[in-house]
Amino acid sequence: MIGLTHFLVLSALLFTFGLYTILSRRNAIGVLMGVELVLNAGALNFVAFGRFVEGGLSGAVFSIFIIVLAAAEAAVAMAIVLAIYQNIRNIQADKLDALQG
Amino acid sequence: MEHSWIGWIVFLPLLGFVFNIFAGKRVGVRVAHTVGVGTVLGSFLLAANGFRMLTAEGAPLAFTSRMWTWIHVGGGTLPELDLSAALTFDHLSAVMALVVSGVGLLIHIYSIGYMKGDEGYARFFSYMNLFSFAMLLLVLGDNVLLMFVGWEGVGLCSYLLIGFWFKHLPNTTAGNKAFIVNRIGDFGFLIGLSLLFWGLIQAGHGTLRFSEINALTPLLADMRFMGLPLLDAIGIFLFVGATGKSAQIPLYVWLPDAMAGPTPVSALIHAATMVTAGVYMIARFNGLYILAPTALAVVATVGAITAIFSATIGLAQNDIKKVLAYSTVSQLGYMMLGVGVAAFSAGIFHLMTHAFFKACLFLGSGSVILSMHHEQDIRKMGGLARKMPWTFGTFLVSTLAIAGLPPFAGFFSKDEILWKVWESGHKGLWLLGFLGALLTSFYMFRLVAVTFFGENRADEHTKSHLKEQPWVVVGPLVGLAFLATVGGFAGVPHALGGANRIHQWLEPAMFHHENGAHARWQAPALVPPAFAAEDGHAADDPGEATRGGDGHRLPAEESPGEVHEEAYAHGEEHAEHPAVDPAEYWLMIISVLGAALSGLLALFIYTRRPDIPARLAERFKGLYRLIYNKYYVDELYQATVISGVLKSMVALARFDLKVIDGIVNGVATLTRWTAVVSGWIDNGFVDGLVNGLADAAKVAGDRLRRLQTGRIQNYAYAVATGTLVLVIIGLLIGFPR
Repeated sequence: MIGLTHFLVLSALLFTFGLYTILSRRNAIGVLMGVELVLNAGALNFVAFGRFVEGGLSGAVFSIFIIVLAAAEAAVAMAIVLAIYQNIRNIQADKLDALQG
Repeated sequence: MEHSWIGWIVFLPLLGFVFNIFAGKRVGVRVAHTVGVGTVLGSFLLAANGFRMLTAEGAPLAFTSRMWTWIHVGGGTLPELDLSAALTFDHLSAVMALVVSGVGLLIHIYSIGYMKGDEGYARFFSYMNLFSFAMLLLVLGDNVLLMFVGWEGVGLCSYLLIGFWFKHLPNTTAGNKAFIVNRIGDFGFLIGLSLLFWGLIQAGHGTLRFSEINALTPLLADMRFMGLPLLDAIGIFLFVGATGKSAQIPLYVWLPDAMAGPTPVSALIHAATMVTAGVYMIARFNGLYILAPTALAVVATVGAITAIFSATIGLAQNDIKKVLAYSTVSQLGYMMLGVGVAAFSAGIFHLMTHAFFKACLFLGSGSVILSMHHEQDIRKMGGLARKMPWTFGTFLVSTLAIAGLPPFAGFFSKDEILWKVWESGHKGLWLLGFLGALLTSFYMFRLVAVTFFGENRADEHTKSHLKEQPWVVVGPLVGLAFLATVGGFAGVPHALGGANRIHQWLEPAMFHHENGAHARWQAPALVPPAFAAEDGHAADDPGEATRGGDGHRLPAEESPGEVHEEAYAHGEEHAEHPAVDPAEYWLMIISVLGAALSGLLALFIYTRRPDIPARLAERFKGLYRLIYNKYYVDELYQATVISGVLKSMVALARFDLKVIDGIVNGVATLTRWTAVVSGWIDNGFVDGLVNGLADAAKVAGDRLRRLQTGRIQNYAYAVATGTLVLVIIGLLIGFPR
């Protein structure tokens, strides 16, 4: 029987993979994909808690929020990446160190 | 009542000085000497008019002119000192002002002839006027400070005029000597003044006016200063000032040297007026001195010793002016002797007659010097009587006066002093004075004999030019000789049927305290108290007396006539028929005979037997040399005081170089070393600390900057790691609740 724990483990794995992707990818697009994984891990968590813990539809509502937020974030992030690319012809994350102290 | 004319007496000569010092050279000699003589003439006329006003019926005892407030301090809990620059014309200062301006006037006139053709003609008259100003200020000053201003002023003028021919080194040296010796005396004078003021403040009276001081001195009678009664200490210190100004032992040494100045200066300053300032000062402080018997004894003793000491020196001098100078010192000694036995009026009387005959003698010697082409050695003179009859005549009259032969002025005044000394019981001092009088007669007739009699010993050129001087020179001589003849009649003693008018005249200026302690000293001064009855100008109107400016004058019921009724049981009787002690006649006869014999002896020896002095000098070689060299006093001072001062100066210079400079240099070196150390600490330590902190911050910043890589992933990595660490810690020790 599949319970809350399974979902949480899956979600944790998903988060870990996303985090690892964020930390390890050099391509900015890849980093954005990692961010999507982390967001979806969070959304999965909300849905799972919404299903297994008393609370009505609030879990599902949060997931939808996250999905919308992710879409908006992806759009803005992609725009930034494109703008960077047009400016310096490069989207390698480790080269983008203009915020260096 | 305002008496601004007193101010004009004093300030007219000052105007003359200002004019001549600035414009004198440009306006020519006629204007210069007209201004110089005219201002003094003005002073004399004003003083004479003041004298007339004092003698008038119902006149006050003194006229006071208050010019401006000078010093006003204190008040509240402190005694108040409200001091005005004020002048007082009372009986004593009237006599002094008349003598100063009168004799001064004649000497100014004489100077027209004497200084003729001198390149410093206007300067001479300006200095003489300045002197007249200072001297008149001295005698007319209402308070001690004003007197002191005049006192210093005459000292300055004395210095200026002794060194008048300043291109000749000995003259300037003599001027310096006079000034420095006087400074020593003035130092004592200042101490005396300070003590006096201190005593008065102790007694609760802040005042420096003579009239008040004299009246208040009984309050100081019980005070003591360093074991001495305060009044005696004050009297002695003031007298130290007088020994300087009036050339008494031990400070007389400047006066003979002061003869380096022009002869009118010697006559005016160093014979007639300035040198008598000390006598005047003591007479002015009579209310103080009468309560200071020890100080009076010192004054009398010093005076008597000075009188005979300098008379012996006068025996062996060959410079005509030096003889007169030592004679002046000797006569000043007589005045001091007089005031020292509290016979203040006798001292002032002798001051006056001495001013007449000694001025005449000096001017006569000046006339001789002019004729002799500035030769002053009497051994090169002789036989001048025929060539210069007027000079000789006046010189002879004055010599008779100074020798104390009747009826000339010196007889009355000197005899008065000697009699007062005898009467006060100081027989030893009388003997000194008497011997001094014999010597005076002897050296003066020696001077006359060698200068005017016998054969002329000058060279042919001088001999052919010998002639009498013009009237500007002879006129003043005649005037002074006249005064020297009649001046004595101002004080004919009761013993000779006179009224001793000068004594009565000065009586209102004398203070008598109702204190029996000084009876012995007081007695001589108090003879006949009858001036009220005779002259009619006395203090019988108390309102008038106080209005005259002297609030502290004796109240009416204490007018001298009554005060001394106790001291003199038959005071009134005295006034009518003065009882004369037969001793007075005897003393008079002895001194006249002595003086006459000694004078005749001198005339005989130096005209008929000039070999006698030479043989005596040969016989008593040591003694002669001692006297001839003025007892080696100058050499003694040179060896002790002066070389002592010089040596201490060298020692002080060495001390200065070694110790003071050493200290200063040591401090500087120490400072430098401290600065080096401090700089080292500053550079190494403080700066090191500051720089170290800055460096540390910089290094830290440099290192920490590396963390801020600007790479998003590094930040994310840090966040993840941090979170992980926190979670692990949470798991290990439990999450906070």
